[in-house]
Amino acid sequence: MAGLVRSGISLAIERMGKWLPAFAGMTEKMGGAGNPKSSNTVPAIELVGIDKRFGSVHANKNVTLSIAQGSIHGIIGENGAGKSTLMSILFGFYHADKGEIRIKDKPVRIKSSSDAIAHGIGMVHQHFMLVDPFTVLENVVLGAEGGALIGPALAKARAELTRLAHDYELDVDPDAVVGTLPVGLQQRVEILKALFKGAETLILDEPTGVLTPDEADHLFRILGTLRDQGKTVILITHKLREIMAITDRVSVMRRGEVVANFATKSTSVEELAEAMVGRRVLLRVEKAKATPGETVLEVRNLTWKDGKGVARVDNVSFSVRKGEIVGIAGVSGNGQSELLDVIAGIARPTSGQVIFEGKDIGVLGDPAHVRAEGLAHVPEDRQHRGLIADFDASESEILGWHRDESLGKGFRLDRARVIARARAEMEEFDVRPPDPLLKSAKFSGGNQQKIILAREIKRDPDLLIVGQPTRGVDIGAIEFIHKRLILLRDQGKAVLLVSVELDEIRSLSDRILVMFAGRIMGERGPGADEREIGLLMAGVARDAA
Amino acid sequence: MTGARGELPAWVDVGLIPLLNLIVALVVAGLVVVIIGENPFEAMWIMLQGAVGSLKGWGYLLYYATNFVFTGLAVAVAFHAGLFNSGGEGQAYVAGAGAATVGLGLEFLPWPIVIPLAIVVAAAIGAFWAWVPGLLQAKRGSHIVITTIMFNYIGISLMQYLINYWFRPVGKMAVESREITGAYIMSFREVARAFFDIRLPSAPLNFTVFLAIAAAAGVWYLLWRTKLGYEIRAVGSNTEAAIYAGIKPDRIIPIAMAISGGLAGLMAVNEVLGVQHRLVLEYVGGAGFVGIAVALLGRSHPVGIVLASMLFGLLYQGGSELSFAKPGINRDMIVVIQGLVILFMGALEYAFRPWLAAIFFKPED
Amino acid sequence: MDLSLLPEILASTIRLSVPLILACLAGLWSERSGIVDIGLEGKMLAAAFIAASASAVYGSAWIGLACALLVSVGLALVHGYASINQRGNQVVSGVAINMLASGLAVVLGNTWFKEGGRTPALSEAMRFMPIELPGASLLKGVPLLGGIATIVSGHSLLTYLTFVLVPLTAWALSRTRFGLRLRAVGENPHAVDTAGISVARLRYQAVIIAGVLCGIAGTFISTSLSAGFVRDMSAGRGFMALAALIFANWRAWPALAACLLFGFLQAGGNYLQGVHIGEFEIPVQFINMLPYVMTVVLLAGFIGKSIPPRASGIPYIKDR
Repeated sequence: MAGLVRSGISLAIERMGKWLPAFAGMTEKMGGAGNPKSSNTVPAIELVGIDKRFGSVHANKNVTLSIAQGSIHGIIGENGAGKSTLMSILFGFYHADKGEIRIKDKPVRIKSSSDAIAHGIGMVHQHFMLVDPFTVLENVVLGAEGGALIGPALAKARAELTRLAHDYELDVDPDAVVGTLPVGLQQRVEILKALFKGAETLILDEPTGVLTPDEADHLFRILGTLRDQGKTVILITHKLREIMAITDRVSVMRRGEVVANFATKSTSVEELAEAMVGRRVLLRVEKAKATPGETVLEVRNLTWKDGKGVARVDNVSFSVRKGEIVGIAGVSGNGQSELLDVIAGIARPTSGQVIFEGKDIGVLGDPAHVRAEGLAHVPEDRQHRGLIADFDASESEILGWHRDESLGKGFRLDRARVIARARAEMEEFDVRPPDPLLKSAKFSGGNQQKIILAREIKRDPDLLIVGQPTRGVDIGAIEFIHKRLILLRDQGKAVLLVSVELDEIRSLSDRILVMFAGRIMGERGPGADEREIGLLMAGVARDAA
Repeated sequence: MTGARGELPAWVDVGLIPLLNLIVALVVAGLVVVIIGENPFEAMWIMLQGAVGSLKGWGYLLYYATNFVFTGLAVAVAFHAGLFNSGGEGQAYVAGAGAATVGLGLEFLPWPIVIPLAIVVAAAIGAFWAWVPGLLQAKRGSHIVITTIMFNYIGISLMQYLINYWFRPVGKMAVESREITGAYIMSFREVARAFFDIRLPSAPLNFTVFLAIAAAAGVWYLLWRTKLGYEIRAVGSNTEAAIYAGIKPDRIIPIAMAISGGLAGLMAVNEVLGVQHRLVLEYVGGAGFVGIAVALLGRSHPVGIVLASMLFGLLYQGGSELSFAKPGINRDMIVVIQGLVILFMGALEYAFRPWLAAIFFKPED
Repeated sequence: MDLSLLPEILASTIRLSVPLILACLAGLWSERSGIVDIGLEGKMLAAAFIAASASAVYGSAWIGLACALLVSVGLALVHGYASINQRGNQVVSGVAINMLASGLAVVLGNTWFKEGGRTPALSEAMRFMPIELPGASLLKGVPLLGGIATIVSGHSLLTYLTFVLVPLTAWALSRTRFGLRLRAVGENPHAVDTAGISVARLRYQAVIIAGVLCGIAGTFISTSLSAGFVRDMSAGRGFMALAALIFANWRAWPALAACLLFGFLQAGGNYLQGVHIGEFEIPVQFINMLPYVMTVVLLAGFIGKSIPPRASGIPYIKDR
């Protein structure tokens, strides 16, 4: 049970550390962490003075790092700190502008992934590098066929897989088609691929992001066994708890630099957090107490099944009232996106109802009609959905509302009015530059988000549904966006907020619903204990239905 | 992101790059001329002389350009919806049956009724011939490039049948309809003589050229000044965002294809009512495919398309003069140039960008 | 139409399906590697022209074949460069190649032979002629066996080669290292790249194979099926092959079946000419239409749903 808790929660509460050491302690008792077995003095891998630029982005600045043989070495840092770039350089995917890679004290040149593999480095990418229609065996032998015919390699791999399954708890059906496997098993295939190719050092890039608590737990056990058998593991993550739970040493990256190295046992979550974010800006949102009115949205027993018949939204019921913000917390991929799609009319419910102002809008299955009823939608994926990169800002500013008669009578679209409206909204929402004729693609993430938010809020909706409003948005814009959402609430509108940032959910919401595996696990007030919410997010606890 | 795809000044993107690609295409075409043992500079001079050196040349140039504006706009509208309509050839061809039926069947009516009706019917048939592949793409996911090409072949057989069995008068040897004796669209030459008593050299340029200009303006208005045009472009640029916005690609794709086919169908008006005054076999003569080159060269913008059409008009007219002067150079040389323009404009579009980016962006810092 | 014609119709089916099968296999190799090839038609046409020209000039069908292969592979490399190095639009590149081939064949043919783009009629030495299988003539007249002999015997070397290439393709794709990697690169090039294998190299290999197969197909059209080149003689076979490929779900054996079906339609159509249904004579135009209509029907998926290789048509970009 403890194992379940730790991995599930980790996903949600990365930045909060007060109670985490307790959990780390629990893992210790389970034997998840310990001292590196090997006392080898020669480091498995050394990176010396690695420097890499992408155009104007200085992704790695003179990075020096030493990784001990037979240890689990964590590399932690926030998104964009340069962790993935560094590992991609080690794996031969990019080439450093400057610097040297040493393996067991020998300088090596890694020009491509095949060089890295030849040097015993294996990598499990954040997005799996698997061929979906292939079987597990075929995926494993790809690139290590050993001859012009694949028959012998497949036979060898089958034997090897049996052995690895036994040694490391890496069971997978070798004849299963990879695309049909759950992500946890797919990740195992990735590890098997690396081991089959003789990897001595295994790099894992954010491996738990897509895993269920159970799967993450299993992964950590595998990594521990690998380390105990003398393999070296590099774990890239931005989750403090994972670092505390299973690493031996940890390096902290910030803005392309390694800013600190610790032995995991001698550091604390607080120390790591401070090193990771520097002097942390705490986001505080001032807001008055909510005065909720009548119910605007009522979701009743809503279920949505995907093409494979899996219920991604599973019998969900809740309501949102005027003048309140309801937040849905949860680890990403637990059905929140699908729930938003169904409410917005993009997907049609498999069963159940979406009652908006007394009318079942689920049966409409049409975003245009749903909008016409008075519902606005800020989508999770702003690049691919929220706006059209090729369109100028004024055109993105009317996306979804372009049929509005105020933009032109009948079939016409009055360009002057479109531009005038965009200019006014961009100025009000402080979009920079406030130029309606600039291509949407040219705005920064925060400004793109403001364009979308302005578009949806200014339509004066009765209900605004918002997905990940501040993902990849700079601090200044976050504050602005949060204020506008509160303002909307104070004007007596209803807001349904989905975010994987628990901070954000807690600071904005008047009520918090927690989603796990497509279901609502429970409801809490904004003052609820983080740990309690974490347990719900991990799917461990559940309120009586 | 990558250097090669960085932002360049707008005039480079819409002006310099097409120009460079065009020049490379022409240089390669020149090499072909060298291979067949002719002097490419002489060939070019003959073409220029033949096309723009006389009023008659201009008359032909603009007549060809009229056709290409229609087929080029057709391809461009589909491009904006993210579709590749390679069936302009067939759409323009079958539309001829409509134009001819109206022209031949309503000879007793005055032109202000007949001509608009013929235009509408021709466009409608062209639209239908493109709408079906569009519908199959939207509803069944059928590869639109292949289906539209298949519709070209089906159209060829169908028209052969129709002209042979329906339009050809009994006893007539040539496989074509009888001449339209009622309303038709007057050529510039006739108008000049009838109303201004000016003698112009004989050339097929007729008043359909104004329909082409109107069509170009109409397409511009449609795409950038109407809600439907907005939806077409949204579907073409980002289908997922379009769906989010409540725009149904399933609905927009057949509509965009129908508009595209309708534009291609207007070409039949030029040929049947403006030039031939009868329905003949295979009168489209590749203009549908020229439309692809024209749309690419004109960057799918009506103004660019008009200019690109004139360029191809020049090549066509110059090319016929050339094949007279130099029998060694076949008229199909133009098809080669078309292929080269499509290759360099469409598929190797970015070949020059890294160089240009290097010129326009001095190294940073 | 009586049943005694059946062996002949089937023999004709085999002949007519050969270029379709070859083009379909070409498309299969190319698209399985992730490169969409609308230019099958153009490569075949160019090969048909060059094969006929070279054998007319040098008096040998083999020299014709060699030249056809060179030209077809050359065009394939142009497509490869545009699709792989330049990450251009693969459909547009294919369309361009079709046009280039169609135009160049006539322009060069006219220059070389002065027959309006045709090549001179080819004599037997300049063609791939039918080969009578040993014993086939003995079976003539024997019921059933005689019919089978008519169907199986009397085809050109290229035909027999084609029917060897189908199992060879199926085998190579499923059982060899090259086949495994090729299938992988068409589904997920990132997986191939991170396994230390060059995506570009694999795709070039696939594109070249497609060129070779189209080269054989074109040679067959002008030196075996006919005796010389006439303009646009590939007559949309490249597109039919693509339709057959989609219908066959990008697999070799079903592709063979689909192409034989097309071949049968064409062969049957030729025998249908002049046939009456009651008073009504089926116009030849409708018979000519049949394969194209069939293609559309297949594409409309009224017979089944197919899933293309996931990465086909998408240029490979190493992202970060």
